[in-house]
Amino acid sequence: MFSIGVNYLSMADKTSTLSVRDEFVNLYLNNLDLITEESSELMNHYREEAIQYFRLLGIPSVKNEKYKYSKIEPLFGYDYEKYFAPKKILFNIDDIFRCDIPELDTHLALVLNGFYLPNRANKITELPNGIIMGSLAEASRLYPNMFKGRYNTLAENTTDGLVAMNTAFAQDGVFIYVPRNVVEAKPIQIINLLMSDENQLVQYRNLIVVEDGAQAKVLVCDHTLSPKRFLSNVVTEIFVGRNASLEFVKMQNEHNDSAQITHTYVNQQRDSHLVTNTLTLHGGFIRNNLFVTLSGEGADAQLYGLYLTDRTQHTDNFTYIDHAVPNCTSNELYKGILDDQATGAFNGKILVRRDAQKTQAYQSNNSLLLTADARMNTKPQLEIYADDVKCSHGATVGQLNNEALFYMRARGIGEREAKLLLMFGFVHEVIKKISIDTLRERIDDMVNRRLHGELSRCHNCLMHC
Amino acid sequence: MLVIKDLHAKINDKEILKGINLEVKAGEIHAIMGPNGSGKSTLASVLTGRELVEVTHGSVTFNGNDLLEMAPEIRAHEGIFLSFQYPVEIPGVSMVNFMKAAVNEHRKYRGLEPLSASDFLKMMREHKELVGIDSALTNRSVNEGFSGGEKKKNEIFQMAMLDPKLAILDETDSGLDIDALRVVANGVNKLKRPDNAVIVITHYQRLLDYIVPDYVHILYNGRIVKSAGKELALELEEKGYDWIKNGDNA
Repeated sequence: MFSIGVNYLSMADKTSTLSVRDEFVNLYLNNLDLITEESSELMNHYREEAIQYFRLLGIPSVKNEKYKYSKIEPLFGYDYEKYFAPKKILFNIDDIFRCDIPELDTHLALVLNGFYLPNRANKITELPNGIIMGSLAEASRLYPNMFKGRYNTLAENTTDGLVAMNTAFAQDGVFIYVPRNVVEAKPIQIINLLMSDENQLVQYRNLIVVEDGAQAKVLVCDHTLSPKRFLSNVVTEIFVGRNASLEFVKMQNEHNDSAQITHTYVNQQRDSHLVTNTLTLHGGFIRNNLFVTLSGEGADAQLYGLYLTDRTQHTDNFTYIDHAVPNCTSNELYKGILDDQATGAFNGKILVRRDAQKTQAYQSNNSLLLTADARMNTKPQLEIYADDVKCSHGATVGQLNNEALFYMRARGIGEREAKLLLMFGFVHEVIKKISIDTLRERIDDMVNRRLHGELSRCHNCLMHC
Repeated sequence: MLVIKDLHAKINDKEILKGINLEVKAGEIHAIMGPNGSGKSTLASVLTGRELVEVTHGSVTFNGNDLLEMAPEIRAHEGIFLSFQYPVEIPGVSMVNFMKAAVNEHRKYRGLEPLSASDFLKMMREHKELVGIDSALTNRSVNEGFSGGEKKKNEIFQMAMLDPKLAILDETDSGLDIDALRVVANGVNKLKRPDNAVIVITHYQRLLDYIVPDYVHILYNGRIVKSAGKELALELEEKGYDWIKNGDNA
């Protein structure tokens, strides 16, 4: 669990010597050789400018309106190990972790502490249909043409210090390329594993390209495999081409001493379809920034999110949909349940630019608070400059419906079971949007176990947190 | 089966029931009629354990056990069923999951194993026919988007699934057209056996043409002011509630 008091203490200790900002700038300067050596020319190209922006922006404070409900600074108050090369692993990863979603057959990419784990010594896998997946660093060397004009073009280094920090430090991550008109039904799964004997800060980067007319499903699973404190700062850039479609499911399942900040940027071309599903099942501190730009007419974005939090966990979802051109549609639904002293926030911004006539944008955020101590801040933000649009937003924060509860008890369903059924019903609206049947059933099951008070870990997880 | 003695109850400090006495035996159908505000639904609430009603005096026993001491779900397990006047919509909870939970909790109470998925679905199918409820409805969330008639049919469907000893039908006829009324009444009649009982709470005599009561009680101002056979309902229909209110019924 978090202990804010301790965080501040160690912050105070640090500021007496160096600010977090100076500390990281120094870290960068002192390790520049290592950082660049493990990476590619193309990625290194952006580092210098990024560290300058970081120097300017620093770690966002709660005075930054965007980060008002999430205290980022205390997360950096701990001592973390930072590695600038993948650590030699002395074990077989299959012995430690095996994804256990029955019958879920995926193309698998494993990432350990931010570095791609080679698949039988191969850093890149090319599938028969032309899909390329593998290490981001390696791909940037092998396929510079796929990188140029994409890598670091969506990430907003100039406005968010954390993004700039990632650009300066990130050395690896996952690259996925789905060529034109390739339709891949089998999901591509990225499993991010965090495992270390020491507290660790990891900063990695993903680039996903779905070319014109292509269709893909990407599933990202985050797991902590050792009880140390982890802080992840992750940037993902996604390009969805004309008439292409992408389903992007992210499942966050980490222990209470972990903190994760994600920045996901999506650019959608004409008539493309995007479905994102951000499922926060467990985690000490989670902040997800999701930016979607609808830059071609007829593009459609569906953003779904689910958060289940208890104890002192914190989940904050910040979404930004930019309707840049006419005739696009977006729909957003985020739902969550907060127990104990859990805190949460949802900030949903929708920008409809002057030319974006005939825009349809809907947003809703519903939260259930199970205790008087749980807290949820919800902030819809619609900025509309076009005059012929259909936009709506709605937010509710409430308790379980007593009438429904009595109705169920009058049918013989005990109070506890009735509450669980109601909670499950409440969040199922989000889960049912997942199109991968086996995954959806599995998440139903994990959510059910989570609501029953069990940690929703995958069967083969060795963590007993 | 059910024995109510000198029952007084209040809602928010307002006394609604002012000394109810009633005995319901196995095999009987009782109708409780009365004008609006007489306490009919409050009585149903007391019997099913709704928290907002506070019992201030009197006793209710069900098969010899103190009913008022039981949690709502225990009353259900013991065999009490309320057909709600306003069935509640529960978005996100499917009829199948809802009924499976209810049926299995009843079984657990009786020391039985949960039904297998296939046995349960078979049971659903069989009972659906009773009230002609559409399969499409049972695949939806509980009562969500159901019409008034569908909601009431769904109540009787649930009653059939749970096989109660005492069913309380609270204004089940309200909002029903004549066809739906017939379907609902038929369902209730088919479920009637010598070892169970029904209390029909209604404002109008209409439903009693189809579910014929053994006894009719008139509730007025928190008390049962008149009890007789089924002919009382007809008399009441003819003379209207003013007949009771004016007190010239003695």
